[in-house]
Amino acid sequence: MLAAIIMLIFICFCVHFQNTAGQFFSSGHTNNWAVLVCTSRFWFNYRHVANTLSVYRSVKRLGIPDSHIVLMLADDMACNHRNPKPATVFSHRNMELNVYGDDVEVDYRGYEVTVENFLRVLTGRLPPSTPRSKRLLSDDRSNILIYLTGHGGNGFLKFQDSEEISNVELADAFEQMWQKRRYNELLFIIDTCQGASMYERFYSPNIMALASSQVGEDSLSHQPDLAIGVHLMDRYTFYLLEFLEDIHPASKSNMNDLFKVCPKSQCVSTPGHRTDLFLRDPGSVLITDFFGSVRKVEITMEQPYLLKVQEKTYSYVDQLPVSEIIHQKPKQKDWHPPDGFILGLWTLILLVFFKTYGIKHLKHIF
Amino acid sequence: TFYIEPLKINKLGVRASDTFVLTPTPQPKDDFQEELVIRPLHSGDIYASFQFRTLWETDFMRENKVSHYRLFPKSLGQVISKFSVRELHISFTQGYWRTMQWGQPFLPSPPGAELWVWFQDSVTDVDAAWKELTNVLSGIFCASLNFIDSTNTVQPSASFKPLGIVNETDHRFLRYATLPREIVCTENLTPWKKLLPCGSKAGLAVLLKSEKLFHSSFFSQTVHIRPVCQDRECKTTSWELRQTLNVVFDLHTSGQGKREWSLFKMFSRTLTEACPLASSSKIYIDVTDNPQEEYFELSPATPLLSQAVVLGDRRTFSVYDLTQQVTFGTVRSLNLLIRWKSTEGECSMLRPLLHAERYVAGYGLQTGEIHTVMYNNHPFRSFPVLLLDSVPWYLRLYIHTLTVTSKGKDNTPSYIHYQPSKDRMRPHLLEMLVQLPPHSVTEVTVQFERALLKWTEYTPDPNHGFYVGSSVISALVPSSVAMDTNITQEQPLFSSFFPCKEESSYFVRVYTEPLLVNLPTPDFSMPYNVICLTCTVVAVGYGSLYNLLTRSFQIEEPNPRLAKKIANFIRRIRGVPLLS
Repeated sequence: MLAAIIMLIFICFCVHFQNTAGQFFSSGHTNNWAVLVCTSRFWFNYRHVANTLSVYRSVKRLGIPDSHIVLMLADDMACNHRNPKPATVFSHRNMELNVYGDDVEVDYRGYEVTVENFLRVLTGRLPPSTPRSKRLLSDDRSNILIYLTGHGGNGFLKFQDSEEISNVELADAFEQMWQKRRYNELLFIIDTCQGASMYERFYSPNIMALASSQVGEDSLSHQPDLAIGVHLMDRYTFYLLEFLEDIHPASKSNMNDLFKVCPKSQCVSTPGHRTDLFLRDPGSVLITDFFGSVRKVEITMEQPYLLKVQEKTYSYVDQLPVSEIIHQKPKQKDWHPPDGFILGLWTLILLVFFKTYGIKHLKHIF
Repeated sequence: TFYIEPLKINKLGVRASDTFVLTPTPQPKDDFQEELVIRPLHSGDIYASFQFRTLWETDFMRENKVSHYRLFPKSLGQVISKFSVRELHISFTQGYWRTMQWGQPFLPSPPGAELWVWFQDSVTDVDAAWKELTNVLSGIFCASLNFIDSTNTVQPSASFKPLGIVNETDHRFLRYATLPREIVCTENLTPWKKLLPCGSKAGLAVLLKSEKLFHSSFFSQTVHIRPVCQDRECKTTSWELRQTLNVVFDLHTSGQGKREWSLFKMFSRTLTEACPLASSSKIYIDVTDNPQEEYFELSPATPLLSQAVVLGDRRTFSVYDLTQQVTFGTVRSLNLLIRWKSTEGECSMLRPLLHAERYVAGYGLQTGEIHTVMYNNHPFRSFPVLLLDSVPWYLRLYIHTLTVTSKGKDNTPSYIHYQPSKDRMRPHLLEMLVQLPPHSVTEVTVQFERALLKWTEYTPDPNHGFYVGSSVISALVPSSVAMDTNITQEQPLFSSFFPCKEESSYFVRVYTEPLLVNLPTPDFSMPYNVICLTCTVVAVGYGSLYNLLTRSFQIEEPNPRLAKKIANFIRRIRGVPLLS
């Protein structure tokens, strides 16, 4: 009888623990971050920059501020000299929607978008002089959205036509992030050819991944614009943008709706997703958990303490003091000890001298 | 003004024995002025220059950090105090300024990004401070300034004297770097606009829309920070932050070929109010070439006229004061319109006195020659110019081939400072003081050899070429009009940037074009091609031999056709010999 009661209490305790564990994971995040990367260079890859900028635009519209977005664009399309409408990047034909806008902050641009910089941003191992806008300062309660686009293949993604990142490296980077508690939940979206191969190797918990095509399939572009002369967007991101345009910060759509974006009839390729590493049920995850933002506002009633402020005459310098310049003395150069080459040369000369003339001269030197 | 100290209120409420303390101490004064200068150019284009200046009487270098910022942006104030910066000049430019067609700009800038900084005397490790400063600025302006390192930084010994107040100039504290490849786009304009007190919400900054500004022949945005005199006696200094934006709109791409310019046509906006935080907000239109309104007419008309000596010439300007409500008229918006009356009868433009060009001569991918050509267009006066050349290490200059010729004869510079490059560490630095004879062309030539880089040092697009930064030519050009040496008088901002020491000449800085040089580029697809070819040869050659040697032949009965199969089956049943 007593044993039964003890058993019952024990079972209740276990259930309570499980409930609290479940509660811990469903209690949510406190801040949102986004890392949006376009990895392609050259004018004919306009569509990749347009893809990234359209996700940037949606994410900003839904509330994530610029300070929480790390935007990496490998080439400049807006002010490219081939662009017939400078300072614009369009996503729809006939120049309907300018995704570049007037208020854009690109953190990594041009040659700075490399595999090394991308992995350093993810893992947080940046040199100390890196400014805040270039860092991913996430903590263990951050939900991070990572979006990659470019040219890829089975198990790799090409960066700027000169290097690649493999799916193993990416999985290891996410594991580093998990072990350093740099994310609460991570949503990984990739729009490249054979994109599903990039999330095959993930093994860290709390990652949900979406890709625009399966292994062996190519992701196709959507529509060209005859005035600009290039394809403007990729199909998957085009329909993703259309889906996100209907989302507002208070919207209750969940991830199952996101999985339905761009079926095979529209996309020609089969979009894939992976949710086995994710602890919550995708139906209970809101779109705004990753694309929108939770912001903490602190109101203070304290008054700032203002400090008080405090003779000789000054004057401006002569911009071109010709006489001074002509009579400028040569700078005293700092004395440097002779470097290896000079030392080696003198050692050789001394050795040759003593070899030819014998060691007896040594005592005259020392 | 009196300054009231805040009460120390604890959690329980106001203390009974509290009194207000009135201290007659002046608050740090800060002042913000904005102005726009519009100058129609002779080629039909139009040149607009915005200047925003914030003056602040404070001391960034003292022990208690400055904590209350009003008009001065906090991000720049923190940069100044953290890195002990005395002067900071940064510019982002897209396009090249065509001096012969457009005249001299109010503030010159080279294509790409340029940064030069004077540090305070108290800095012990200037190189470390420079490295950190470039990283911080790259975050503030969203530019790749972190690519500035020792391979493109130089320490000029005579150019780039401080533009602000200083006790002595030791060039050890000066650093200069330029990134000719840097692209300027909206992401650089956005943080620049956020530094202004009114942002882009009020005042002249509402005109700064990126879609129109980047669709131009020339765009340049700069930030200049320096200490200046407050008054004539110059007993106190204050910090000055100048943000300038120069843009030249082309007649055909922005003007649709019609010689008629208005604020709406240029910027797709009109003005409705001045910035409320500005003490002065003015628009100046250059009407010197149009004294009796015979070439173009200006509407709405304004009674205010002002004269200023700028770039050695006395110019007349029509002034619109945006702080007066009457400027905006009954429609509450100001859209300036400049309409040209007829297409002929233009007086010729004053030729700029100093002009420079630069190009690479030679053929092949091994050697070449850099030519810098300087034109002195003054009919009878000669003047000295200081030429600064910073060439990257991968173009190995042969200084023994350096020649300076004017009018065909050798012209020896009176001062040469040359610092040779060190591979992968330091660029070449060449500074020369050359006297340009009147009405002459001076040519400076030097031969170079191209280096072969390591394959990891090539950019992802190496066939584009490698850039060599612009040469900088600093000169004191004789002025036809007496310049004003008192810099603290009420002068328009655009005419009071460079300090003037004497009345007969004015200081000017000219930038040449950057050079684009092709380096010998290896074939990056070579390993792939070699592997393909080798594998094909191996497969065809060795494979055939292997097959011949190891293949054995066996005789096999062919599979009979269906009809024969059935026939044989029936024959077997009958016991009759089978078909072959």
